[in-house]
Amino acid sequence: MYSWIWRHLPGPLAVRLGELVVLLAAAVALLFLVVFPRVESLLPYSDVTVNQQPDTASPSP
Amino acid sequence: MTVVETAGNRLRWLLRGLGQLLITAGVVVLLFCVYELKVTNLYTEQQQKTLDTQLAREWAAPPTSPVGKPGQVHLAAFDDGAGIARIYLPTLGRDQVHVVVEGVTHEDLKKGPGHYPGTAVPGAVGNMVVSGHRTTYGAPFNRLDELHPGDAVVLETRTFFYTYRVTGTTIVSPDALGETDPVPNHPGQVATQRLLTLTTCNPKYSARTRLVVRALLEAPLAKGKGVVPPALQGR
Repeated sequence: MYSWIWRHLPGPLAVRLGELVVLLAAAVALLFLVVFPRVESLLPYSDVTVNQQPDTASPSP
Repeated sequence: MTVVETAGNRLRWLLRGLGQLLITAGVVVLLFCVYELKVTNLYTEQQQKTLDTQLAREWAAPPTSPVGKPGQVHLAAFDDGAGIARIYLPTLGRDQVHVVVEGVTHEDLKKGPGHYPGTAVPGAVGNMVVSGHRTTYGAPFNRLDELHPGDAVVLETRTFFYTYRVTGTTIVSPDALGETDPVPNHPGQVATQRLLTLTTCNPKYSARTRLVVRALLEAPLAKGKGVVPPALQGR
């Protein structure tokens, strides 16, 4: 998978390295800004309140 | 570069792909830990700074409605997610001060400890309930289990310092809504005491139960130049 990506990056070595960094940064940003905040709300340890009904307004208070 | 397709080649290709996938998954899980334990703290730190500045500015400005008596906080003036008071946990360290926000939704609690809407306001007769994160988002209530009877919890509003003393700690089930009653676990009864209830998840990194710390108002202290409640002296 990674070798496939590396082979398909255009340009000389220096340019490819730059592209790699940009791709990595994009992947990390996607995880931190979109994926993790959503996953987090499904996990239990952010439940700190006492309540009877499963929260409707928010996934986990 | 033509590769001779053999069963061995295909197997090697598959295994390598699987290996890379597993390593990637491991890295993603590690990144998630970094996110939860570090990045969420940065978010809360920045939110708390903003809230504290806003609160200080609000308190410095002339009040929009008459205030003065202990227990009078005009919550109607506070929006969901806005700062309403500062909470000090002096026995846990001099840096243990947080801005309490109005509301206990996921978004509210990311900013700091949240005040249950509809429960008592600081210093008032009844039961003021505040919930906070234990392990993420600044973890304001991380060491709530270290509070012992007699320890001080101080709330600061525009006009007063309210020093509460811890009366006890209980572990309850997540659906123990009775803890938020004006007289805890006696729904319908009319409150006579001025209580403060702090809740967080328990044990750490779990949500199996809730940790509940109850405190009773000791004394309100009107704010003024150089006025510091005894519990906060020496900070």
